Amino acid sequence: MQPAGLLVMAVSVGAVMTLFLWCVWQVLTRPSGEVEELPDDHRRS
Amino acid sequence: MAPPPRDSWGSRLGVILAVAGSAVGLGNFIRFPGQAAQFGGGAFMIAYAISFLIIGLPIGWAEWAMGRYAGQRGYHSAAGVFHCLIPWRGSKYIGVIGAIIPLVIFMYYVVIEAWTLGYTVRFVRAFFDPALRFQTVADSQAYFGRFVGSAADGSALRLDLDSLLPWLAVVVVINLVLIYRGISAGIQKVCEIGMPVLLVLSLLVLARVLTLGTPDPAFPERNVSTGLGYMWNPGKTLVVGEDGGTIAEVVDADMVRQRERAEAMAAATPGARVERRTMLSQLADPDLWLAAAGQIFFSLSVGFGVILVYASYVGPRDDIVLSGLTASATNEFCEVALGGLITLPAAVAFLGVAGVAGQGTFGLGFNVLPMVFSAMPAGSLFGAMFFLVLFIAAITSSLSMLQPGIALLEEALGIGRKGSVGLLGTLTALGTGFVAWFSRDLKALDTLDFWVGTFLIFVLAMIQIVLFGWAFGIERGWEELHRGGAIRLPRFFRPIFRYVCPGFLVTIFVLWFLENVVGLGRTEPSSYVADLFEKGEPVAWLCIGVVLVVSVGLAVTIASSKRYADDEA
Repeated sequence: MQPAGLLVMAVSVGAVMTLFLWCVWQVLTRPSGEVEELPDDHRRS
Repeated sequence: MAPPPRDSWGSRLGVILAVAGSAVGLGNFIRFPGQAAQFGGGAFMIAYAISFLIIGLPIGWAEWAMGRYAGQRGYHSAAGVFHCLIPWRGSKYIGVIGAIIPLVIFMYYVVIEAWTLGYTVRFVRAFFDPALRFQTVADSQAYFGRFVGSAADGSALRLDLDSLLPWLAVVVVINLVLIYRGISAGIQKVCEIGMPVLLVLSLLVLARVLTLGTPDPAFPERNVSTGLGYMWNPGKTLVVGEDGGTIAEVVDADMVRQRERAEAMAAATPGARVERRTMLSQLADPDLWLAAAGQIFFSLSVGFGVILVYASYVGPRDDIVLSGLTASATNEFCEVALGGLITLPAAVAFLGVAGVAGQGTFGLGFNVLPMVFSAMPAGSLFGAMFFLVLFIAAITSSLSMLQPGIALLEEALGIGRKGSVGLLGTLTALGTGFVAWFSRDLKALDTLDFWVGTFLIFVLAMIQIVLFGWAFGIERGWEELHRGGAIRLPRFFRPIFRYVCPGFLVTIFVLWFLENVVGLGRTEPSSYVADLFEKGEPVAWLCIGVVLVVSVGLAVTIASSKRYADDEA
């Protein structure tokens, strides 16, 4: 494996791992927002 | 008529794992590495990342938003979602594509799922009986042919552990039992257990593969580092023939040695020369973009109609932006960080680049890897783990393919879960039997995968993103996306939803259509088109017949639905 390949691998794997762990952290720690009212009529609006 | 009793997800994590489970499949571990290596490794990753941002995430979010919006108003099928969003009588008949696709894909996907279960048990048996290990690729190739019945129609339907039939019966029953248990007690439970198990087993297999080193000192170039280089190096050194076709790719940790080896190989072949392809020159190749966008598209399961249906059971308090992003991130983690590091390094360490290059998805997964796992230390154990990972990935996907059909039958006919599972079970069992019987050259499976698993998915994805950006409206869509949201999307995603994503998707579809259906740039038409119109292949036409029967059946179901008629009155 060449240094450029190692760099690509590190960036790619690092990026998806960071995104995955950040998402898991957010899901486990942040509450969902408030519920808003639904509009009465949807289909013909 | 009152909407049928509403099923729902038990938790936010549950729906995320279910959507991630639906997306993570065999493609993450087998197709992705093969595509990345074939189309330039590091260069492929650039196109792949861009496609993720402008196709994968936006279509996924659009499905989450439209599905949740319609679900809150009592519609849980793709036809119901379209009926809810577009005030036009014909809209539900367009939406029914979202039930046809997963239903037909289920018919052949469970066949592949049965292979993975059969191979898992084969490796468990090999753990106790070393005679069952595969000695060569030819050995595992012959076994695969017998197992799937590729020599003759009906030859896979034998009652022994080394053939498809018993495993197919098991997986069909498991799928129907689990789907009968419903959203939270069936699908969610399986994914809550299955996805963590999948991650842990994959990490164990990854640790085994990355510590393989150079398994055979007689072949020093066959090692894990070369495998990683084949997968990730952004530039390529190729030996090409007089006609420009690639004879071999040479990978070495040392650039000078790599060049020397390639020159030596070229000198030994009359008319051959060495060609160096840089990352930029590879990015100029449209095929690379087509492959990267296609991989993102199919890997994330966008355009199937599944996310649309799953999201319809999400509550108004749930953050669908975060849920969609998390499900996609889980899929990407499995694909890039696990699939990208396991499959090719293991295969190259035992067979070298020449033994792996050019293998298709099934070739790599069921011809090369079984021999590779048989050859490595503790290989039976790790082989069983790897195929169990594939089986879990497959069952969490196949379950998701049944729910759209169930939802449609419950919604349109007002029947309960027992009736809808019974109806759908009969239909899918017949379809699966058809695919399993016509196993020669995997013709039925391959044909259905092309016309439904590729062509129709492109069509539905385009319809959905246009529906979201233009018919449902970006304002309403944006509002729905952020209802109950803890995180907000940057505003630059608005033009992506409306212009960039549909434009890019249409371009990709047109290129794909011209190359694979029209046969542009080829000396002969696509084999799928030739099967239908030149050879008049009966199995290919029967496949079209299966799709038509399912389509007409579902359309009649919708037409006879009192609920939709009442809405329109």
